[in-house]
Amino acid sequence: MMFGLVAQTFINGITIGAMYGLIAVGLSLTFGVMKILNVAHGEFLMIGGYIAFWLFTRYDIDPLLGLPLVAIALFLFGAVFYKILFSGLVKFHEEIKMKNTLLVAFGLSLIFPQVARWLWTADERGITPFYSGGSFPILGVRIGYVPLAGLIVAVVVILALHLLLTKTYFGKSVRATSENYKAAKLVGINVNRTYLVTFSLGAALAGLAGVLVVMTQAVVPDMGMAWTIKALIVVVLAGIGSVGGAFFAGILLGVIESVSAIFMGPYTVALGMGIFLLILMFRPQGLFGKA
Amino acid sequence: MNNWKQFSINGGILVLLILVPLITSRTDVLTWLYLTLVYIALSQSWNIIGGYTGQINLGHAAFFGIGALAARYIWLHFGLPLPLAVLGGGLASMIFALAIGVLVFRLKGIYFIIGTLVLAEILRLIFYTILPEADVMPMKLLGAYSLVPRYYLSLLIAVITVAVVYWISRSRLGLGLMSIRDDEDAAEASGVDTQRYKLLAFNISTFLAGLTGGIYAYYSAAFRAGGLFEPVWTFDAVIIVFVGGVGTIAGPIIGSVFFVLLKQILSLYLPGGLHVAVFGVLFIIVVLYLPGGLIELMTKFRKRTSAGDQ
Repeated sequence: MMFGLVAQTFINGITIGAMYGLIAVGLSLTFGVMKILNVAHGEFLMIGGYIAFWLFTRYDIDPLLGLPLVAIALFLFGAVFYKILFSGLVKFHEEIKMKNTLLVAFGLSLIFPQVARWLWTADERGITPFYSGGSFPILGVRIGYVPLAGLIVAVVVILALHLLLTKTYFGKSVRATSENYKAAKLVGINVNRTYLVTFSLGAALAGLAGVLVVMTQAVVPDMGMAWTIKALIVVVLAGIGSVGGAFFAGILLGVIESVSAIFMGPYTVALGMGIFLLILMFRPQGLFGKA
Repeated sequence: MNNWKQFSINGGILVLLILVPLITSRTDVLTWLYLTLVYIALSQSWNIIGGYTGQINLGHAAFFGIGALAARYIWLHFGLPLPLAVLGGGLASMIFALAIGVLVFRLKGIYFIIGTLVLAEILRLIFYTILPEADVMPMKLLGAYSLVPRYYLSLLIAVITVAVVYWISRSRLGLGLMSIRDDEDAAEASGVDTQRYKLLAFNISTFLAGLTGGIYAYYSAAFRAGGLFEPVWTFDAVIIVFVGGVGTIAGPIIGSVFFVLLKQILSLYLPGGLHVAVFGVLFIIVVLYLPGGLIELMTKFRKRTSAGDQ
């Protein structure tokens, strides 16, 4: 009985944590490579969720099949916003660049919820495909189809991203740019294009995460900031800019949350934020990073 | 001559604002003015830390909220006189700032920005949980509710905050703060005790935010404690300061007037909240192209017209 509870709590933590990891990976990528902390990341996630909702209710497209469409839409969306708003700022000195891009993203995070409320009203929207209530038992632990699907999607997407970054020419140029912007430019890497694609990729990842959120929870116009903060917590846990670590830090946060939900109830979310502040103040290189 | 002119204009506006409740008893006019004054106080208090010192504090709501909550408790639940309560609100929020100041300023640049944001969110979640009930004014007070004393309190606090910012902008402290904003390392190297100056600015800013919370504690008929810590209190102040003119005295004032006007006009034709979207767009434009805000735009325009006269 006791074992069952513990195992169930861990499984729940892992499935929700994989989603956290996916949410954080995009943020970590743009920050690690471009030093742009996109605080509108949660807004991109929200828009991804609404697009999946639209696809499902209007065209009857299953959210899991709609994933590539959402990713493409958010990729283009991110590219447009990068071109218009951020591309002019990347040439500045690092400190000014970081601050101003954050402020621009902050401005976006004020605009998007209002526009979303206007387009989709303030109602909570969720997607419930036919398999959404179902689950199957393993060793006395129940695993829901939707959380399992979310876990698989998160793992596949993050693995694909990992392969993209380590095995392809594009990945090489991304890593070179993030290591040394000027040197990358000198050896002939098209830094501007790398930036554009990286930012758009971050938005696409947020959109994919949004589909998982709309399936497992719900979307509302105001939720962007809460998800941005969740992603920030994970990014800081992993060590800022570490893409691979973000996935495991996401699972860690998911497990911490689901365990502490038993003892701390409503304070669970505040606990994650408290950990975030403490790490930022006393161990800014992250839990696993080297000083 | 120019100083004297400026002084008499400001004095004239102040006298006019004092006389408004005697001239008109229209509640809509009083409410607009009240709101504008609250926004002036809130944004001006943020301007000290965010504008003059360059530390973008996205957790200002925490200090507004602590001030409002403390003032409400001192005034309604402990039954002490209102001036004491408002002062107590300011002090409570400054004491909190003192307690966490050193820790918060371990964070620099963008980490300060997100750290303060998360700090206020933690308080918001905690207060929604420990004080879930709405705090409602007793019937006796509601029966005798009048907007006029609320209006005067907001006027008083707004004048105090503007006066403090005016004093800072002309003082040695202000110079030190601006040097931190422009280049913290260079300021440190040329002998500015940056940590002490930042803490000082933080404490003054949060004290004034706490006083502003006191106005709300006196004004609001009912609120939920967590609602006082909603990020919108911070965000409104930040966009008002940036759009008006960051690090200036007149900027937040013009920004507040514009913000409230726009809110009223837009709410006639469009669903609520869109004025925030409009200010969000203006905010981005200011960050990208017009770092001086509306003030800069006005001085440019004035220069151009006066050049045309010659």
